[in-house]
Amino acid sequence: MSIGLDLFCIVAVGAGVFFFLAGTVGLLRFPDALTRLHALTKADNLGLGLVVLGLLPRAGSLLGALRLIAIWALVQLAGATAAQLIGRAVRRKGPAL
Amino acid sequence: MSVLLALDIGLALLVFAVAARTVFARGAFEAVVDYVAYGLLLSIVWVRLFAVDVALTEAAIGGGVTGVLLVGAAARLRGAETVAAEESPSASLRVVAACLCLLVTAVLAGVVLLLPYPGPTLAPESARHLAETGLGNPVTAVLIAYRGIDTMLEKVVLVLAVVGVWSLAPDRFWGGAPGEARAAQPEPTLAFLAQVLPPIGILVGVHVFWAGADEPGGAFQGGAILAAMWMILMMARLTEAPPISALWLRLLLVAGPVVFLAAGVAGAVIAGGFFAYPPGLAKPLILFIETFMTLTIAVTLPILVAGPPRREPVE
Repeated sequence: MSIGLDLFCIVAVGAGVFFFLAGTVGLLRFPDALTRLHALTKADNLGLGLVVLGLLPRAGSLLGALRLIAIWALVQLAGATAAQLIGRAVRRKGPAL
Repeated sequence: MSVLLALDIGLALLVFAVAARTVFARGAFEAVVDYVAYGLLLSIVWVRLFAVDVALTEAAIGGGVTGVLLVGAAARLRGAETVAAEESPSASLRVVAACLCLLVTAVLAGVVLLLPYPGPTLAPESARHLAETGLGNPVTAVLIAYRGIDTMLEKVVLVLAVVGVWSLAPDRFWGGAPGEARAAQPEPTLAFLAQVLPPIGILVGVHVFWAGADEPGGAFQGGAILAAMWMILMMARLTEAPPISALWLRLLLVAGPVVFLAAGVAGAVIAGGFFAYPPGLAKPLILFIETFMTLTIAVTLPILVAGPPRREPVE
């Protein structure tokens, strides 16, 4: 049981780290602001989501687990809003570079 | 253990790199973005030093509120930036400034490295008397009980900062409201965030303030979170900054220091010492003071961000 949970943790957090890495590579390599935003939101959404998923069995209590999920949900809200705002600014003023 | 050490060294190098980026950034806006990242990295450093209270403050003030203030300042200075670049100081002056900066850094580093180990500390003394304050968080005990007058004066400094910002207003705007009037159509994306987030943020802010008695948190961190909620509402133009002549606003701005000072004077009469608390009543009294401090911080920070009045007062 415990080995299974550990394995689940490692796989989920590992997958989350992969999405963060992919998002960072995208941020550095993609050609314009909108595609870079696209890469970043994947890191926020799936990367953090998978890390939180992997940490859930280790949260210790139901309250701890709920806090982790709340953090993920709040980062989603903030990330989605920031991405929308930047996307809007890019469309209004044209790409900066 | 060695993995953690490697992460710590990596974190320290990252802090240095971002600090260097901040100093060498081309424009004010780039420097501000780097500075906010620097503040957030510093808060991780404080977590690694087991100073969670400081980490919360650094993230909320250093990364958050200061970031908003500096972004606003950078936006206002945009027009003047090219002029400033043309008037940049001569090479020799810059070399002298760099040498002086290096000297100060070297002296600071020397002082820190030459400190005796373990350094002189009042920590055991403070822990021994923690029970008398009724608090579980030694940081809150130091802030509100042991060094109460320092914390009270800190809040006075915040009020002075507001006075400083307001005094930039032209005479005809005195008593008016800062910022633009509330728009008929608020920015939709930001308005959505400003409607969803504050209920959660107010809950978290009050919780952080309340938990501060026994766990990391307190008036400053909780107040900063509440302040952020008001700032989001103002940025989304769902509400506008109040005119600076509003009586409730002025009362809230001074409530924290006034209540704190009154409690300190009362202590001189009742408990036999300026800023002394009567035994047994310390905890309720501290919470009472902290409530007003939280309110003052929650009002002061958005008012600082809103800036000087820019509209004529409405009679």
